[in-house]
Amino acid sequence: MSNYNRRRFLKAGGALLAAGTLPISLVELAFGKDRKQNFTFAYVSDSHITHVRGKQFVRNWDRGLIRAVAETNLLDPKPDFIFYGGDIAQLGKPEEIDHGLEILSGLHGDVHYVMGEHDYYLDLGEHWRKRLGPDHYSFNHKGVHFVVLNSILTFDDWMYDKWSSGEERMGQMARLDNPQGSPFMVGEQQRAWLKKDLDAVSKDTPVVVFSHSPLQKIYQGWNFWTDDAEQVQALLKPFDKVTVLYGHVHQIQYNQIDNISFHAAMATAWPWPYPSSYRQQAAHVPKLTVDMNRADPFFERDATGWQFINLDTGNVDVSYVLPDNSNRVVAWSDAAGHPVDTRYQAEADRIPPQTHY
Amino acid sequence: MIRKLSLVCVLAGFTTGAIAAPLGLPPVPIPADNPQSAEKISLGDRLFNDTRFSADGKVSCATCHDPDKAFTDNLQVSKGFRGQTGTRNAPTVINSAYMKTTFWDGREPDLEGQSKQPPINPVEGGLPDHAPILAVIRKDPGYVQSFQAVFSVPASGITMDHVAKAIASFERTIVAGDSPFDRYYYGGDTTALSEAELRGLQVFVGQGRCVSCHRIEQTQALFTDNRFHNIGVGFGKIRGKEQETAAQFLQSKREGANVDIAVLTRENVSELGRFAVTDNVTEVGAFKTPTLRNIDKTAPYMHDGSLGTLEDVVDFYNNGGRVKDSDPVSGFLSGGIRPLDLTAEQKSDLVAFMQALTSPGLDQLARTGESNHE
Repeated sequence: MSNYNRRRFLKAGGALLAAGTLPISLVELAFGKDRKQNFTFAYVSDSHITHVRGKQFVRNWDRGLIRAVAETNLLDPKPDFIFYGGDIAQLGKPEEIDHGLEILSGLHGDVHYVMGEHDYYLDLGEHWRKRLGPDHYSFNHKGVHFVVLNSILTFDDWMYDKWSSGEERMGQMARLDNPQGSPFMVGEQQRAWLKKDLDAVSKDTPVVVFSHSPLQKIYQGWNFWTDDAEQVQALLKPFDKVTVLYGHVHQIQYNQIDNISFHAAMATAWPWPYPSSYRQQAAHVPKLTVDMNRADPFFERDATGWQFINLDTGNVDVSYVLPDNSNRVVAWSDAAGHPVDTRYQAEADRIPPQTHY
Repeated sequence: MIRKLSLVCVLAGFTTGAIAAPLGLPPVPIPADNPQSAEKISLGDRLFNDTRFSADGKVSCATCHDPDKAFTDNLQVSKGFRGQTGTRNAPTVINSAYMKTTFWDGREPDLEGQSKQPPINPVEGGLPDHAPILAVIRKDPGYVQSFQAVFSVPASGITMDHVAKAIASFERTIVAGDSPFDRYYYGGDTTALSEAELRGLQVFVGQGRCVSCHRIEQTQALFTDNRFHNIGVGFGKIRGKEQETAAQFLQSKREGANVDIAVLTRENVSELGRFAVTDNVTEVGAFKTPTLRNIDKTAPYMHDGSLGTLEDVVDFYNNGGRVKDSDPVSGFLSGGIRPLDLTAEQKSDLVAFMQALTSPGLDQLARTGESNHE
């Protein structure tokens, strides 16, 4: 797509957003002439399907995923594919993964999956891989190189030796601010694979990397963190345009480190507060990020959501679809050289967070 | 011409420079570009009741917003000219002065914008455009005189904006509070609610979770949040067809289709709710929270009038947005709508509470209207 068309899309999208709406009906208009090389995809994440007993699952998390599926299916034009950003399950149980995949089977289109720690630490990903295949892989689509990593691994002794059962291990990894916890990492083996994979890709090819945890260091207490993030970033450094899309944090985050743009996904299950408000030690919420307003607890879907992504220039523009809240678009800005929130970037336009609880 | 107690009451307020609000309601918001005046209100009243503004000369605003029926028609969906039916239940005009948007899907921001639509909708007034309305008005010496007095315009200068402003001014006088609930909650009268009604209030603000959308504030209660929610009503009609219906509607909207006509003449499109206005996928099947004031008098209920009684409504919510608890749940259902697990007594208490939201002046208002209708 020409820059002209892309700007027109952003402009139209921005205008619509000002009225609190979503530019879905305009995406098609914007795609113009070289339509075959332009595409969108949808990005759903963090459903945390929770098994209660028998055939009973926590209704609220079911409803969040069901709603994301229903809304994604209305995208017009249809996305080329859908990414699922990890944490289908809450405690890694096969029942949870199976129930989540049954709901996700309602999506009209191919789905690519990323491994989350809640899918992994009960059986070290065995059931997930049985249903979905390898946890790291790459593919090309319309001139873009997509890479999927399993970024939620940790030290071998923590994974294999420390716990008496898979349930205990999963329970420990599910805790926030856990002194017994352990940081996420991509690990040496996958990094070697990634290096080899990227060696075969020309450096002007746009690269989009999917991980569950952020491939940047934000807040270790909640594992908004990948321990070997710098080493992964170094492998991505030679490319002109790189975007990392991650789940796990259940909130809007975006950042730019050198050539790499970072964007987080909303959860369909529940929102996390920004770690800066719960800080116990140094937190590095990306300084570019404009925080969301605080959720209204009555509206169970408030501050949850999903997103669709426009990749027409090789940079990523993320449209956040937020039930019971204002939709947001975080788009690449040529002028700024990093992603910007198209509506709330200016201080004066921001929704101040609640200060009483 | 009908006279209304609330009208008299609000007019009395004018002379002191403030608009008196009944117990339990905030002051009526008046737009800066459409100030109230006694002549304008009276003109609006006449226009509201004029049946000549329709294709068969039989449909006025009051046809569907009948003062004798708490400004509704008590029909499932409204009947337009030659008995044609649309897709939506007529909401009451009472307290519409407080609405942040009008119509069930909020497609017009204010009362001024609202009243222009029905006369030219093919299943309501049935007129091709506004010209016939202005022609009638310009030929009616009484109207010409009033428009001159109110807007300082000659017959040839009368526009639909003037008509809409006068009607909106009249509608802003149709306010009613002072219900038993108001007297209990804001008036300090501890005897105003019965035991059952008091228990119903507890369900309303507690386990029933009603108050989250039908709001009660510290000094007043509009019983609405002025927001849009998918509560599951009408899901049966487009179940499995959401994608196709939305895609077809977006296509026809791009080709210039009129939203007002589309939502009232195409049953599936009607069920898209707020989405038809905003194109926002998070608002599929979402409709505006109506006020619950005088709800006992405005049956049947919901945007499509599909629930006949307050008991049906309570059952519907108790089943998590379903008529029967075995019905499927819409994928677009709003968070907050979920099975409530209310007992039979809690349900009947809740109905009793809603019946205590009827304004006493309203009954009198309707009787006054009746005797003057002959």
